[in-house]
Amino acid sequence: MFYVKTKIKNNNRSKFCPLVHEKSLSNKFLNFCFFSGNFEEKTNAMSDNILEIHNVVKNYANHRALDDVSLTVPKGVIYGLLGPNGAGKTSLIRIVNQITAPDAGRVLFNGVPLNEKNIYEIGYLPEDRGLYKKMKVGEQLLYLARLKGLSKDAAMDKLKEWFIKFDIKTWWDKPIEDLSKGMQQKIQFVATVLHQPKLIILDEPFSGFDPINATLIKDEILELKEKGSTIIFSTHRMESVEELCDYIALINKSKKVLEGKKLDIKDQFKSNTYTLNYEGEMADAALNFNILSNQKNMDGSQTAVLKAADGKFGNDLLKEILEKVTVKSFKEDVASMNEIFIKAVNESN
Amino acid sequence: MNNILLIIQREYVTRVKKKSFIVMTILGPLLMGLMYAGVIWAAISSVNQKKVEVLDESNLFKGKFKSSEEFVFVFKDDNIANLKKSLKGSEFDALVHIPANVLENPKDIKIYSEKGVTLELQSRVENAIEKEIETIKLTEAGITKSVLESAKMDVSSETISLKEGGEKKSSAAAASIIGGICAFLIYLSVFIYGAQVMRSITEEKTSRIVEILISSVKPFQLMIGKIVGVALVGLTQFGLWIILSTGVLTFGSKLVGDKLMQSKNAMTEAQMASLPPEAQEMAKEKMQQGGGISAEMMPNLFGALDTLPLTTIIVSFLFYFVGGYLLYSALFGAVGSAVDSDTDTQQFMLPITIPIIAAFMIAQFVIRDPNSNLAIWTSMIPFTSPIIMMVRIPFGVPVWQIVVSVLLLIGGFIFTTWLASRIYRVGILMYGKKVTWKELGKWIFYKS
Repeated sequence: MFYVKTKIKNNNRSKFCPLVHEKSLSNKFLNFCFFSGNFEEKTNAMSDNILEIHNVVKNYANHRALDDVSLTVPKGVIYGLLGPNGAGKTSLIRIVNQITAPDAGRVLFNGVPLNEKNIYEIGYLPEDRGLYKKMKVGEQLLYLARLKGLSKDAAMDKLKEWFIKFDIKTWWDKPIEDLSKGMQQKIQFVATVLHQPKLIILDEPFSGFDPINATLIKDEILELKEKGSTIIFSTHRMESVEELCDYIALINKSKKVLEGKKLDIKDQFKSNTYTLNYEGEMADAALNFNILSNQKNMDGSQTAVLKAADGKFGNDLLKEILEKVTVKSFKEDVASMNEIFIKAVNESN
Repeated sequence: MNNILLIIQREYVTRVKKKSFIVMTILGPLLMGLMYAGVIWAAISSVNQKKVEVLDESNLFKGKFKSSEEFVFVFKDDNIANLKKSLKGSEFDALVHIPANVLENPKDIKIYSEKGVTLELQSRVENAIEKEIETIKLTEAGITKSVLESAKMDVSSETISLKEGGEKKSSAAAASIIGGICAFLIYLSVFIYGAQVMRSITEEKTSRIVEILISSVKPFQLMIGKIVGVALVGLTQFGLWIILSTGVLTFGSKLVGDKLMQSKNAMTEAQMASLPPEAQEMAKEKMQQGGGISAEMMPNLFGALDTLPLTTIIVSFLFYFVGGYLLYSALFGAVGSAVDSDTDTQQFMLPITIPIIAAFMIAQFVIRDPNSNLAIWTSMIPFTSPIIMMVRIPFGVPVWQIVVSVLLLIGGFIFTTWLASRIYRVGILMYGKKVTWKELGKWIFYKS
């Protein structure tokens, strides 16, 4: 029994200790982390992870929506939760929101098992938006804020700030049904973040917004992150993942396929190819690279895609190339989120 | 708990502020007042007397047709052809022709009229003639007038209920009226407010706000908050209706009553002047009698009300009103959560509405026999007890029966609320699927 327990603990540690390291804590602390049996208890209250999901399983009548999914969301980041339709993202989000409970596994919020109080610390913008159509904007926001535990006065103060910020003061007494879809979305966004939650879960936050409002919301999301909130961001739009997310996780067919820092994952998925624009003549240099493709441009220059040999990097290639041709540009090919998404999903299928 | 209060508050305030609520609350008593006024108006207008001329060739009925508020009978000596000719354009509305051989051939009586003969006039004439023929025949058979008089007794019974507190005068009529009204109100409120709960749950579901709400509160809290909120709206509306309609009725009857007396006096005086002296006397007599009766009847009715267990009635009305509503609104709520739009509710509504309608129909029998087996059983079963027990209570119900019925009803609505909450929590997140009964059953046993 004891053996099993320590094993699990070590597993957990190996997951989040690198993060501790990033925050440049001393090695002493790390040692303490590994050798003190009491560690988990002590750090629970001040976990560096706002959310830890351990081996969660969720079954519905005819299918398994989540199969042994584990995720770790560090504090203060924008965390992209990606996956094709029906992969299990919404099931996971509903578990975090305590709308449903997992059949197995644990969820820790700020180091402590998820409980009712956490509801007040989470803001949730579901993919299917909706508000009371006949209710007035102001009353509605006040009601939703109070359900999230704000006092009437506190809610009023916060609301005033947001109404000034979004310049929507004249909307207060309008029923929701009189507003355009985009306007309703704005109201809903305000309702999601009004109680200054520590964790904000946004399911497709940009759908239905025009570019101007999308930018406005994007800036708000970044500002919320500045202020210390953590944002879980579920979307299909890879360009916004590219732009905003620090971390990503990919779920496919009820299972986690990928998780980690966006940059690390990009690294992991890089093809080790380089695009070279040059003038002159060039052939394979088997020791360093192979030429995958080569094409002549209008201006007489040529563009080649080079595949580096194992253990060789940009500098090695450049050294060799510089002796032979005139280099106009040289760039490492980085996988786009779109490519990573498609590749990872196809691989896991 | 705090959240439940917030939900109740929202449900209550948004409903009470609605225009439809205000309109209905004010219109209700006004409609009642209008109905009341309508009855009074009908009473006034019926004073409009019809004049009927009678040609009695048998000479048996002179003076036997009593004039009333509706009809004045005048006997004529003329031949039938002349009278028929002169009916048109005369002041008379109808002509009754009694042939000479009426005793042998009683089917030969004819009533002529320009505008068609009312049933009332026909039956009145027939009755008077039948009665008279009966008397004549009985006399012929040797029965004297005094024997006949003594045989015609006016029977009117007084119902008395035996109780521990001794004999009490009770009025079966008053009891059945009160019981019927209470049962009807409960029947109505279950439908009105139960449907409100259902509709508003479907609305929250289709507008998708429900997912935001249940990320803040538990589905059960949301459902209970809504049910209680609507219950308070119902109590408010009934309370206002009672206050307003009492106000309208007392104020209105005072106002209308005075006017009524004046106009009645003025009208009848004018009419009397146009009547022959004989009829005048009769009409006067009749009026005095009528006035006397209605004045005597009022304290009688109030006296009967006093004998009813009023406190018990009021307390149990409140209880069965709330209990019946809770029981059914939870079920309505479950239906509301299972469907995607109002139009899909039909298939699930039927099994819920059948017991209510059945209870209301059984109530008609229970009024006639409040202590039958059927009455006792149906006043215990929680699905029918709110209506049936309310019918029985004004007649007096043994305490143990009330206690059992109350406990069963409490158990009943706890059960339906539990059942509904199991369906509700799954239903509100289930979109775009035609739900079947089998599926609803499965939802009950889902883990959360």
